[in-house]
Amino acid sequence: MGIQRGHHAHPFEWLAEKFIFLVSLTAIIMVFLIFAFVTREAMPLLLGQMNSAARQSVIPVADMDKTLPEKLRVYLGLTSDQFAAMDHDTKQLLMETKVEADQEAPTDRDAAVNTTGWRYLFRAYQWSGYDRPVYIWQPVSDIQKYNIVPLIVGSIKATLVALLFAVPLSLAAAIYVSQLSRPRLKEIIKPAIEMLSGIPSVVVGFFALIVMATVMQKVFGYESRLNTFVAGIALGFAIIPVVFSIAEDSLTSVPRSYTQAALALGASRWQAAWQVVLPAAIPGVFAAIVLGFGRAMGETMIVLLASGNASIMSWNIFDSARTITATIAAEMGEAVDGGSHYRILFLIGAMLFVVTFFSNMAAALVMDRLKKRLEGKS
Amino acid sequence: MIPSPATTDFRSKEFRYSSFFLTGLTGLATFLILAILVVILTNVVIHGLPGLSWRFVSTIPKKDLFDPATTGILPMIVGTTIRVFVMTIFVLPVGVITAVYLTEYAPNTSPVTKIIRAAVNNLAGVPSVVFGLFGLGFFINFVGKNLDLLLHNSYQAWGQPSLIWASLTLAVMTLPVVIVATEEALKAVPPGLREASLALGATKLKTIYKIVLPQALPGILTGGILAVSRAAGEVAPILFTGVAYYMSSLPTHLTDQFMDLGYHVFVLSTQSPNIDKTQPILYATVLVLLLLTFALNIVAILIRSNMRRKMRSLH
Repeated sequence: MGIQRGHHAHPFEWLAEKFIFLVSLTAIIMVFLIFAFVTREAMPLLLGQMNSAARQSVIPVADMDKTLPEKLRVYLGLTSDQFAAMDHDTKQLLMETKVEADQEAPTDRDAAVNTTGWRYLFRAYQWSGYDRPVYIWQPVSDIQKYNIVPLIVGSIKATLVALLFAVPLSLAAAIYVSQLSRPRLKEIIKPAIEMLSGIPSVVVGFFALIVMATVMQKVFGYESRLNTFVAGIALGFAIIPVVFSIAEDSLTSVPRSYTQAALALGASRWQAAWQVVLPAAIPGVFAAIVLGFGRAMGETMIVLLASGNASIMSWNIFDSARTITATIAAEMGEAVDGGSHYRILFLIGAMLFVVTFFSNMAAALVMDRLKKRLEGKS
Repeated sequence: MIPSPATTDFRSKEFRYSSFFLTGLTGLATFLILAILVVILTNVVIHGLPGLSWRFVSTIPKKDLFDPATTGILPMIVGTTIRVFVMTIFVLPVGVITAVYLTEYAPNTSPVTKIIRAAVNNLAGVPSVVFGLFGLGFFINFVGKNLDLLLHNSYQAWGQPSLIWASLTLAVMTLPVVIVATEEALKAVPPGLREASLALGATKLKTIYKIVLPQALPGILTGGILAVSRAAGEVAPILFTGVAYYMSSLPTHLTDQFMDLGYHVFVLSTQSPNIDKTQPILYATVLVLLLLTFALNIVAILIRSNMRRKMRSLH
C-alpha cells in the first residue's frame, strides 16, 4: 500500500514525515503512561512505606523541636510542599490532634497491625473477635481491613457466569451465521450485534437492576435480589458482541475449500461446520474466550449496579459479590488523596491492567498465528 | 445384509435428524441474541416515552434531582455533549495521523510498526475504570497539579477533576476506535489514485493531503462518530476525572466540573429515595442517552453508505 518516497525528498517532506511518525507513537506512549501512572500512585504501598495501623507510635508534643524535620513530616503525613508552607503553630496543633486521636484509638492487638502489609492483603487473618482466620475487605472502619481476596473471587465469579452464558450462545450463533444460514442473514445480524455493543454499559446495568433482577428472582426463587448470577448474565450481554465477532471472524477465515471437501464426501452442512471448520478455527475460539474474559473482568458499571456489592467471601453465585472494578468505582470518591485506601485502589487497578494486558496480548497472538496458518494452507 | 460403516454414518435418518436438530439449536442461539437486543430496546422505549417531554429535556434542576415534576436533564445533555466534543478535538488529529503513518509510511515488517499495532490493540482492551484511574493519577495529580505550580495559582484550578481532564481521558480511550476506522478508510482508497498523483509530480505528502485523505473522509468521519458514540455512554472513566453529582449551573470553563447523562442514569438508579416515583424520569433519561448514542451510530452508517455511493459513481 505504501508509496515509495523519491530520492530527493524536500526538507519539508522529511520534517512532516518525522512529525507523522512521532505522533503515531502516541498509542505506545499512552499504554506505557497508563501502566506507569497507575502503579506510581500505588508505589508507596508496594515499597512498604504506608502504615495504616489504627494505633501508631506517638511523638509527644514537647519533643517537637528535637525531632528531625523529615521525620516530623512523615509523622504528620504531609508532602514536602505542605510541610514547608506550614508555620510552627499549625504543626504543633496537628501534633496535638495526633495525640488526641491516639487516646481514642482502639487498644486491642489489631490496632497495632499495619494492614497494608502483603500478608494482610492476600492471606486470611484472625482478627480479634473472630474464631478463625478470615478474608475481609472493610476499608472504612477503625481497623482498616484490605484483604483483596474477596474482590478477586467476586470478579472471577461474575466473569465465569458471564462466560458460561455468553460463550456457548455466541459460539453457536457464530457457527450458524458463518456456516449454516443463508448469507443474507449476515446483513441483519452484524448491524444488530453492533447495536448490542453500542448499548452503553450503564444502560445494561440499569436494565439488569430494574428489570432482570426482579424477573429472575421470580423465576429462580433465590434469596437476595441482586447477586452474582444477575450481574453475570448482564455482563454476558456486554461480552456477546466481542466473543461473537472474533469467533465469527475466525470461522469465516477458514477456506471455503474445507467445507466443500467435507460436503463432497457426503457430510451434512452441520457435520462440515462442526467437525471440519470448527476444529480448524479453534485457536480463534480460544482467542474469543480469552478476550471475553478480559472484557468481563474489566467491565465496571454493570457489576456496580447489579451485583449487590457486598464483599462476601463466597463462591456461591446466588450471593451478592463485590468485584475489583466496582470497588474502585464506588470507593475512589471517598478515599483520602494519598491515603492507604487510595493507594490500595490504585494497586488493584494496576493488577486489573496487567491481567487485561496479557489476555489481550494472548488473544492477538493466537489470532495472528491462526490467520497466517489458514492463509498458508489455502 | 451387513451394513457398511459408510452408509450407517452419513445417510442414516438419525444422522439427518441430529444435524437438523443441532442446526436449529444454533439458529435458536442467534435468535436469542437478537431477542436480548429487542427486549432491552423495547423495554426502554415503552417505559421511557411517557416520561419524555420538552420541559424535561430543557430544564435545569433547581434543587431536587429526584422530583419528577420539576427536575430536568438539560445540564446532563450539555455536559455529555461538551465532553465528547472536546474529546473529538484531541482524538481525531492524533488518530488520523497515526492511521496515515500505519497505512502510508510504515514499513509493514518493522518492529516499530508491530509495536504500534500491538499498543493500539491493547489500548482498546484496557478496562474503562483503569482509564479513570489513569486520568486521576496522570492528568489531575501529575499534569494538573504541576500546571498549578507553574502558573503559581493560589487555588487548585487545574489540579482537580474537570471537563478538560475527563475529555482527555476519553480521548485516550477512544484513540483505537479512530485509528482502526481511519486505517480501514485509507486502505479502501485505490492505489491507482496515489500512483496517478505521484506520476503527475505531486510529492508524497501532497498526495496524501490532496488525494488520499479527501477520498477517505467518509471513513474518517465514521470513525470519529463511532468514537463519540462510544464515549457518550461511558461512565467509569469520568467518575473520578470530572463528573459532578449536582451543579446549579451549566459549565462555562474547561476547568469546571459537569453533569453527565450516563452518570445521571447511575445516580437515579442507585440514590433515589423512592424508586417507584423516580422510575419514569429514570427511563426517560435512559431513552435520551440511547437516542443520542444510536442516532450517532445511524448517522455514521448513513454517511458511510452515502459516500460509498458517491465513490462508486466516481469510478
